[in-house]
Amino acid sequence: MNQHANRIDRRFAALKAAGRKALIPYITAGDPAPAHTVDFMHACVEAGADVIELGVPFSDPMADGPVIQKACERALVHGTRLSHVLEMVAAFRERDSETPVVLMGYLNPIERMGYAAFARQARDAGVDGVLAVDMPPEEMGENAALFADHGLQSIFLLAPTTSEQRATTICHHGQGYLYYVSLKGVTGAATLDAEAVGAQLASLRALTELPLCVGFGIRDGATAAAIGRVADGVIVGSALVGRIAERADTPETIPQALREILGEMREALDRDARA
Amino acid sequence: MSRFSDLTQLPDASGHFGPYGGRFVSETLSFALEELDKIYASLKHDPDFQAEFDRDLTHYVGRPSPLYHAERWSREIGGAQIWLKREDLNHTGAHKVNNTIGQALLAKRSGKPRVIAETGAGQHGVATATVAARLGLECEVYMGAEDVERQKLNVYRMRLLGAKVVPVESGSRTLKDAMNEALRDWVTNVDNTFYIIGTVAGPHPYPMLVRDFNAVAGREARRQSLEQIGRLPDALVACVGGGSNAMGLFYPFVEDEEVAMYGVEAGGDGLATGRHAAPLTANAPRGVLHGNRTYLMSDEGGQIADTHSVSAGLDYPGVGPEHALWKDVGRVEYVAADDHEVLAAFRELTRVEGIMPALESAHALAHAKKLAASLPQDKHIVVNLSGRGDKDIHTVAKIDGIEF
Repeated sequence: MNQHANRIDRRFAALKAAGRKALIPYITAGDPAPAHTVDFMHACVEAGADVIELGVPFSDPMADGPVIQKACERALVHGTRLSHVLEMVAAFRERDSETPVVLMGYLNPIERMGYAAFARQARDAGVDGVLAVDMPPEEMGENAALFADHGLQSIFLLAPTTSEQRATTICHHGQGYLYYVSLKGVTGAATLDAEAVGAQLASLRALTELPLCVGFGIRDGATAAAIGRVADGVIVGSALVGRIAERADTPETIPQALREILGEMREALDRDARA
Repeated sequence: MSRFSDLTQLPDASGHFGPYGGRFVSETLSFALEELDKIYASLKHDPDFQAEFDRDLTHYVGRPSPLYHAERWSREIGGAQIWLKREDLNHTGAHKVNNTIGQALLAKRSGKPRVIAETGAGQHGVATATVAARLGLECEVYMGAEDVERQKLNVYRMRLLGAKVVPVESGSRTLKDAMNEALRDWVTNVDNTFYIIGTVAGPHPYPMLVRDFNAVAGREARRQSLEQIGRLPDALVACVGGGSNAMGLFYPFVEDEEVAMYGVEAGGDGLATGRHAAPLTANAPRGVLHGNRTYLMSDEGGQIADTHSVSAGLDYPGVGPEHALWKDVGRVEYVAADDHEVLAAFRELTRVEGIMPALESAHALAHAKKLAASLPQDKHIVVNLSGRGDKDIHTVAKIDGIEF
């Protein structure tokens, strides 16, 4: 068995044993320029990230709001491709063999690379999971087995509108963790109702043992802690990417900015876990 | 039975046309698509719904549209007889209204008070704004900023009809970006909003239902051919961007093996230049965009390519998944007409027949001219004249160096 196969599972098992919640940052690879991405990943880990979702830039990010759209545009100006993103993961692995890395993005770059070539190269680079937002389990076909054979876990989304029947299917096919989209809308949207999210997660727990992580709407320590009370982990994307955007002209200041906001969230999550 | 009979059974239950189509969407949209699937499945064979649709097509759209024998143009070309399916005479001036009438009825049944649409040339936007005005629905239309500029007339028409037109500044500022933005709106406002997609692309069930609503043109053309020509035509020609007017004309003929079909894509500056919007003709690799798998113009890294066409309505990097399958099985031959040929056809039909075609439809005319010239006079070609050219006067005038 591939030694990397269960990095995500191992991490969540350790978190559960320690009574802690997962902190999962998302950054777009290549934003604001490809040379910085690996440093940013390490900065996230230093600030307490448990899993890193690394965005593969795409020209047409239909499920994303303006913040991540612009991050994709900044990355694509430099020609950041899926093959480069895999090189970044390999470079990250030179200094970090433990933190799980999930590639997040849209299907077409993988489709164009070819599923078999992607699976092989992603495994070799040290990728642990794949979340293609426009690939629901029903459309995975034989690629589910292909990915599994290469130690790549398929991460799926669940939404407030997901029917119980679909949720059952998704929970059945899901691996690693489930990404619960807390809001209707695109990434970076506004308000979050932790109580409603909690009620929905409770009904999902009847369907699956997988960790339930919540994304969309988490922007600071307070929102992270509120969601941390009802979920197994929090995913923070636009709040980080927005800070990267503000500092795009001074990228050397970005790692510190990432450490600050993630540190605040880590602290809030852990304080809650201790209480 | 024809060797193409299987094609009439598609899509399968999960929305696939062979390897194409499907429902490649974020989970946040799955519910809305399942809901649409249910509504359409319950109404597709409902005689009341069909009667209402037919009534609207007759009394509001003005169907059936004529099948017109372009005798003078045919004579000038000196080959096969060219017949024009006059979808340009529909209310709002294009085939697009067939589909928006149908989807508006679905919106009405779904009880949602707001509709949204994407538009390229603005014909689908106008057709959506029109049905929204008639049904008292709130309407928002997403349109690439470049298209807003080159289709000013349609933008103003939509505003007069009470729709809000939102210029989309992201990406290449054309049709694909408008569709991205409409999808973002839909996922945010899914509780009260019905998304009226304008072409036979998008996630299942859109390619199927847009086809079904447009197929009225093909059914009429088939019947009219039998009446006016005395037999089925030898060939059908239609332009293909997403492919809705071509699908509408072709679908009812799919089992008629003796009827050849030509889908004409936007050759732009010429296929060799790479500046075109002809994924089928150029054999673009398979890809996934806007919810379906199809032939898709993207670079080696899978980023969607910028397309180019003189006609905003064909300026799209993908194509409806059913067309992708029809190419593979050889039912339709896909070809391209470049901007130069298209403008020539636009001018020619205007001068010779007194019919000003949309630049989109002029792609079909450009190919029909070549095809007719290669065939004897007793052959018959039906061309889908999918829209009228008034909206393109600014574009053509600009090429002529004329400012209004």
